[in-house]
Amino acid sequence: MTARAAIVVFPGSNCEGDCARALGALGVATELVWHTDEGLPDCDLVVVPGGFAHGDYLRTGAIARFSPVMGAVRAHAAAGKLVIGICNGWQILCEAGLLPGALRRNSGLKFVCKWTDIRVANAATPFSTRAEEGQVLRVPVNHFEGNWYCDRDVLSRVHANRQIVFRYADNPNGALDDVAGLTNEAGNVLGMMPHPERASEALLGSEDGRLILGSMLDHVSALAPA
Amino acid sequence: MGAWVHRELGLTDDELDSIVRRLGRDPTYTELAMFSVMWSEHCSYKSSRKHLATLPSRGDHIIIGPGEGAGVVEVVPGVAVAWKVESHNHPSYVEPGNGAATGVGGIVRDILSMGARPIALLDSLRFGAPGDAHTNYLIDGVVGGISSYGNAIGVPTVGGEAVFDSCYAQNPLVNVACLGIVEGELQQGRARGPGNVFVLIGSSTGRDGIGGASVLASAEFDAGSSEKRPAVQVGDPLAEKLLIEGCLELAGRGLLVGFQDLGAGGISCPVAEMTSKAGTGAVVDLDQVHRREPGMAPFEVMISESQERMLAVVDPADVDEVLAICERWELVGRVIGVVTPTGRVVVEDGGEVVADVPADALAVEGPIYDRASIRPGELEELSAAEPGDGPPQDLGAALLALLSSPTVASKRWIWEQYDHMIGLGTVIGPGADAAVIRLPGSEAAVALAVDGPGRYCVLDPYEGARLAVAEAARNVACTGARPVAVTNCLNFGNPEKPGVMWAFTETVRGLGDACEALGTPVTGGNVSFYNETEGRAVFPTPVIGMLGALEFAADAVGMGLVGDGEALVLLGDADGRDFGGSEYGKVMWGALGGRPPALDIDAEAALHRLLHEAARGHLLRSAHDCSAGGAGVALALAAFAGSRGFEVELPGDEPHRSLFAESPGRAVVSCSRDDLDALSDLAARHAVTAVRIGATGGAALDYGFVAVPLKVAEKAWSTGFATSISTTID
Repeated sequence: MTARAAIVVFPGSNCEGDCARALGALGVATELVWHTDEGLPDCDLVVVPGGFAHGDYLRTGAIARFSPVMGAVRAHAAAGKLVIGICNGWQILCEAGLLPGALRRNSGLKFVCKWTDIRVANAATPFSTRAEEGQVLRVPVNHFEGNWYCDRDVLSRVHANRQIVFRYADNPNGALDDVAGLTNEAGNVLGMMPHPERASEALLGSEDGRLILGSMLDHVSALAPA
Repeated sequence: MGAWVHRELGLTDDELDSIVRRLGRDPTYTELAMFSVMWSEHCSYKSSRKHLATLPSRGDHIIIGPGEGAGVVEVVPGVAVAWKVESHNHPSYVEPGNGAATGVGGIVRDILSMGARPIALLDSLRFGAPGDAHTNYLIDGVVGGISSYGNAIGVPTVGGEAVFDSCYAQNPLVNVACLGIVEGELQQGRARGPGNVFVLIGSSTGRDGIGGASVLASAEFDAGSSEKRPAVQVGDPLAEKLLIEGCLELAGRGLLVGFQDLGAGGISCPVAEMTSKAGTGAVVDLDQVHRREPGMAPFEVMISESQERMLAVVDPADVDEVLAICERWELVGRVIGVVTPTGRVVVEDGGEVVADVPADALAVEGPIYDRASIRPGELEELSAAEPGDGPPQDLGAALLALLSSPTVASKRWIWEQYDHMIGLGTVIGPGADAAVIRLPGSEAAVALAVDGPGRYCVLDPYEGARLAVAEAARNVACTGARPVAVTNCLNFGNPEKPGVMWAFTETVRGLGDACEALGTPVTGGNVSFYNETEGRAVFPTPVIGMLGALEFAADAVGMGLVGDGEALVLLGDADGRDFGGSEYGKVMWGALGGRPPALDIDAEAALHRLLHEAARGHLLRSAHDCSAGGAGVALALAAFAGSRGFEVELPGDEPHRSLFAESPGRAVVSCSRDDLDALSDLAARHAVTAVRIGATGGAALDYGFVAVPLKVAEKAWSTGFATSISTTID
């Protein structure tokens, strides 16, 4: 079967094309969905890509969460289907209440674009089955607000549920517990700061991102009727 | 109108007389304001045009040369790119964050005006020595401005350079280059077809940037320059991002008859230029211009440099579709005028005509000056001065001093603040000789480098310009690309001073000769004069942007050493004499004098052909050019990039000359031992000297006569700039 991905585009999103290309290379049929659409096309997974939705004005993701399309994204998530928010996408999903905690300014108070090593903390999620626990993946980050934070209660629940999927080997932004990516409690919504779509080709420096995107496809195929 | 208003607007008495003669009457205030921006140095190139006309600009692969929004080059058959470099020096000094940000925005719209999608940015920056609190404020502001704007519009900043010298302390240079891929039809800045309408697209028009071209960019600075801050525009990157997407959709659907960006000169500029080029005229109704604030005078609306605006010429039948597309991209689009056959630009406000002038008078009949040019006497003293070529007390300490000097040291602190990866094209990113960007929908790539060795140019602007072209081409060639075209930004002091004008004309002559010899036509560029504060000018600084072509992105060669035990080869001749304007002379002796390095342009061209062919034949594992700091520094940088050391013996009798002389036409390359014979044969065929100097590997930079642990050297290099910039900002 061909997996179908809807990529949500806000004014100021800018990684939608890269996500479509990286998913397309894995055989996924992708469709861009403008933020004012009330519904999503029939799809297996939703990608909220990186960028600067609404210019990041006010606060990252703070305006985007009110876009009409977010109702459909919430419904998609509530149905147990996969949602991945990358970078600004994670910030939007946090603001929308689909993921715990918040993303603050980097501890260095500078924008940071660099290659990072992230360690797989949980390989038993729909986003990490193609990797092994403890495996180190080389995936770049590109953000000003990637410093994940939450209160103590939330953190203990996140730990108890094994929601942390990726941790930085060398924390670039001050994120609590070195969190580079984590899921919701149900495990079907992932937010991550590193950009797997940028690590999908050896010529550009790494193919490790394909393990993450590919894991999602395995999950989708496993759900599909035979 | 007061008798001296024209002077406040930057027009001379003679220029006013000329305007009165053309109109046959006194100009209205609005007309005077329009002339003041269109006839400003910045917009009219009145001091430089005569000289720029001598530059070589033709070639089979040059689709569009100078004079349009950007040059267009066919890099490989069937694939065309638009590119250009521009300065935003003055605004960046007055207000570094917005000055630099709007510099990015401006050049991006130049590329967009050709109907091309912007896919890469590079910055060439000059500041005073970091560590000084005000300099650090400028660096932090400029880098932050480029970062916040470039990142948000989704165009990667893939390379550039940052050079530090006290002559730039009161006059930083911020030159930004942009490259775009031509995906559909090329757009042209022509207001063809009377009856077609002008549609102003993008941000509202406000009072920001009133007179930016005439007041800021065309005069020197003095102590009161911070009062000019209102003349700096404010950037809105979200608006620019939407403008890019919306306009490319308009272009893709074939809805644009003519298209031009609004930059310096505001609405006046595209209306005058597009009608003049098409032999048409215009009636513009200012009531239709969407505004940011009430109470603006007509002249303010006509010359406001509010950012993120484009002007389209559209068939009236297509207007509804055009406006609908604008609305979908959350852009305001307004019909503000109509194309006429009259040859005149008529501006109406509240039903009254406030300007009625010939389009040609504004756009092409501005003054052209053949300014006095005299070789400055102090050049003799500079030539006779010591270049600083004496041996150091300790070779290892000298190497570390050079590696940690801000100009040589790692600029990671800068480029990690830039998104350099978006678009999935960055095969080689910042920190290398040149950036290599794979073109969308193609296996081909471009290599891009910017270089401007001001310390050579101040000693001899003709030779300095040739060296700038040679180095930029060499940088591109080291990645395996073939240098194909040049854009340039010429940064100089006040052209009304004969010494500055002499340096400018010599620079243009050197630029032309070098480009002719290397077969790289000049496709356009920008001139920035009046880079002086309180009478002190910057070094003559021609920033050369070199475009290289690679048929296959996968053939690109990096600068870092790749494996252990591979052969290291020095390509090109070195006589060890060249210390004039060198980094070694500056860092070790505080010297600036003598002659700049002697350039054999034919040998340089042969080296570039060799590097290109060797890369195509997959003979090279790494390649890095020898420039600031000489072969010693070049080897060290290749080692850092590859995280491994080397063991070499450099030719020559005096170690410091072998290590640090800046003779051009050289590169250090590595290859597998199996390919060494093939590389040597190829070098012989190109008549390029190739000397095997040693092997890669190990934990030291071992030059034979001196060795430094890799870790120690890398620390000096990686912290040299970052420490001095961080200390006083926090």
